[in-house]
Amino acid sequence: MADLLSESGKQLLLGNEAITRGLFEAGVRFASTYPGTPSSEVGNLLEEYSERAGMYFEFSSNEKTAVEVAAAAASSGVRSFAFMKHVGLNVAADPLMTLAYSGVRAGMVIMSADDPSAHSSQNEQDNRYYSTLALIPMVEPSDPQEAKDFLREAYAISEKLGLPLLYRTTTRVNHARADVVLGSIMTDTPLKGHFEKDDRHFVNIPAFAVHNRVRLLERMKQAAELSEASPLNRIEGEGDIGVITSGVSYCYVKECVSGVSILKLGFTNPLPEKKIADFIRGRKAVVVVEELEPFLEDQVLRICAQNGISVHVYGKRDGTLPREWEFSPDTMQRLKDIVTVYPAPVPMKGTELTLPGRPPSLCAGCPHRGIYAATKRAVGKTPVVYCSDIGCYTLGVQPPFGTADFIICMGGGAGAAGGFAQATDQKAIAFIGDSTFFHAGVQPLTSALFNRHNIVMVILDNRTTAMTGHQPNPGTGRHFGGIDTDSVDIESVVKGIGVGFVRTVDPYDVLSCVKVMREAIEYDGVAVVISKCPCPLLLKKERTLAKKVCYVDQDKCVRCYTCLRTIACPALIKKDERVEVDPSQCIGCGMCANVCPKKSIEVRQ
Amino acid sequence: MKYSVQIVGVGGQGVLLASMVLGTAAMRAGYKVRMSEVHGMAQRGGSVLSTLRFGDDVVSPLEATGGADLIMGFEPMETVRSMKLGSRDTAVLMNLDPVYPGNVAAGFDTYPGIDVLLNEIKSRNDHVVTVEATEIALKAGKAVAANAVMIGAVAAMKGFPLGRDLLKEVLLETVPPKSTDLNSKAFDMGYEAVSKHD
Ligand code: SF4
Ligand code: SF4
Repeated sequence: MADLLSESGKQLLLGNEAITRGLFEAGVRFASTYPGTPSSEVGNLLEEYSERAGMYFEFSSNEKTAVEVAAAAASSGVRSFAFMKHVGLNVAADPLMTLAYSGVRAGMVIMSADDPSAHSSQNEQDNRYYSTLALIPMVEPSDPQEAKDFLREAYAISEKLGLPLLYRTTTRVNHARADVVLGSIMTDTPLKGHFEKDDRHFVNIPAFAVHNRVRLLERMKQAAELSEASPLNRIEGEGDIGVITSGVSYCYVKECVSGVSILKLGFTNPLPEKKIADFIRGRKAVVVVEELEPFLEDQVLRICAQNGISVHVYGKRDGTLPREWEFSPDTMQRLKDIVTVYPAPVPMKGTELTLPGRPPSLCAGCPHRGIYAATKRAVGKTPVVYCSDIGCYTLGVQPPFGTADFIICMGGGAGAAGGFAQATDQKAIAFIGDSTFFHAGVQPLTSALFNRHNIVMVILDNRTTAMTGHQPNPGTGRHFGGIDTDSVDIESVVKGIGVGFVRTVDPYDVLSCVKVMREAIEYDGVAVVISKCPCPLLLKKERTLAKKVCYVDQDKCVRCYTCLRTIACPALIKKDERVEVDPSQCIGCGMCANVCPKKSIEVRQ
Repeated sequence: MKYSVQIVGVGGQGVLLASMVLGTAAMRAGYKVRMSEVHGMAQRGGSVLSTLRFGDDVVSPLEATGGADLIMGFEPMETVRSMKLGSRDTAVLMNLDPVYPGNVAAGFDTYPGIDVLLNEIKSRNDHVVTVEATEIALKAGKAVAANAVMIGAVAAMKGFPLGRDLLKEVLLETVPPKSTDLNSKAFDMGYEAVSKHD
């Protein structure tokens, strides 16, 4: 296994492991995040390593707060790192925009882990545009080795400019694994700083902000000079045709395309315009290879226009390369009429059988199954809109539950519920996880109270941030890095802001949940139901899951299949006509026993 | 030299562990290694794919469709679903013991016959080697050792560039110490099962 504090050597590291190591090599002393795939492992690793590495690390309640705490550290002279998935940066965009005006005193890097092909996301937005929007420098590594090495350079750039820097990765960098050569760990950066007051820069009232904008534009001119001279922007190979590329796309070009000259860009905002113009001049053609939006390509076209260079630029604007989904070696075949591409293999023909699908699903004994089953039963024929949110419970969209009709973003279901309640005659029921509640659920709940929206909010409190790999959240308290805090009690929070109907239920007792859900649905006003039960996968990891298993008494079973239809637990198996239990999966939670009308399922120790 | 392996299976079967063992062994054998893994939502019982490429000069973490030298199928239906990752020249190691998807287990869908699945591949490729990994693992002591059986089996595949001793050494370093015996036995039984095959 990886040892991220070892002095030197070569290790087989996941991109996110390499990034974590890179923080130690760059002397980062302060890090913060809200977990999100594909960036999550960095948080789990720092939870384990930060104290030994001499770094303060926290899971903030959301990305906005993560950027704010890291901004304060960097403004006080402490190197800081805030990291998140691409959509997380939307949440943190507010502090980011003005932080560029304020500037920072020690290096500050913000990592945005983008997800082309939306492997674990709700969209595939291209966050490179945040660098041009906020006017901050950007660095893009291509593989795990660079993901580690470029961090050191990124901190140097950030400090030279006094600006936060956007470190943009993608899934195939974060979740790629490669042999990585370790460098030395930096030990001479300060762990504590001191905030020297300077209101002209750190207080952006209009009178100061207008001047800070001028200063920011000056700094970006300086950044352009750095970019021109940066070793992160380099030229490889020779040929009449020039390929301009960045990020993981470089790897596909490098391996599949031959006979071209490649301008590999690692410092991608501001672009080295002179270097690009010189690279393009005299070429037969130029190909820009980048995933998602034509971010580089549009600037290349502008640079051509401004320099009077007339050359055809192949890319997304002329339809050569796609704008949707991540690239792969296959994508390079689209360039085969322009450049020499490694011949495509001939794949075996796909099957003509219709194979049963295998979508991800809620675990055996997952408490979300119980509260979803109860809600469905309580709702009956009442017209409802199920507003859901981001987490494992999103999987409620699948049959037999169908308890997700509207999902847009973190906390978005809770907000939208108020809108549905006002704009329709359907009952709005919002599901939200415990971590998501602290991230972005308290505000819409307050707003619903304020505006007297008729909604039910069901808080699925499974005592962890499950989907991203079981990180702690305010509801669990923190117990790492030498800091112990009490958990923030969700029921007290909800009661404290004045919700009139608050009930905490055990989702494994499905029938009792049905009763409570009925009351909540009938309640006039804002009703909150807290479904509290720890994630069994977490208990398994922590080795605290009580070993129980259920049995079906085949003599009592009338084969009504209520258990299969309502709980649909993967541990329940239908063999011929019989319902059986797979003991290797069953955790003995008792949900199926609870809904069995003949009481023919029994849980044993 | 370049060699690429596509490891397919179901979340929870140990696909990531197997790819880690193969990748570490490749690095120790002196090759450059590039891998790509699936994390996040798919791990909740969904189909998973792990790509491993190694050699003197590999750069890309992904392999071209059809470009695999070896498909290591941890689950029969997933192997068939992923056939296009390989060509007719690809070596295919296929575990024949199924993991039923939720809908099949609950009786709402049916799992194709193993012989039907096997025929799907055999009609396209002459290099298929089958192994009953779960059954062998049970004989070795426990079903969870099925991935050790698969790693042992792969070591015996014709043309596989990483040696038996190296793979076993890395496997035993990777698994928890208390399951060393189980994994060692499972590895050997997997190796034997495929050696006999030829
Ligand atoms: S609900 Fe109870 S009685 Fe009906 S099939 Fe299931 S176990 Fe048998
Ligand atoms: S007790 Fe029933 S619902 Fe709970 S895990 Fe076992 S089979 Fe699934």
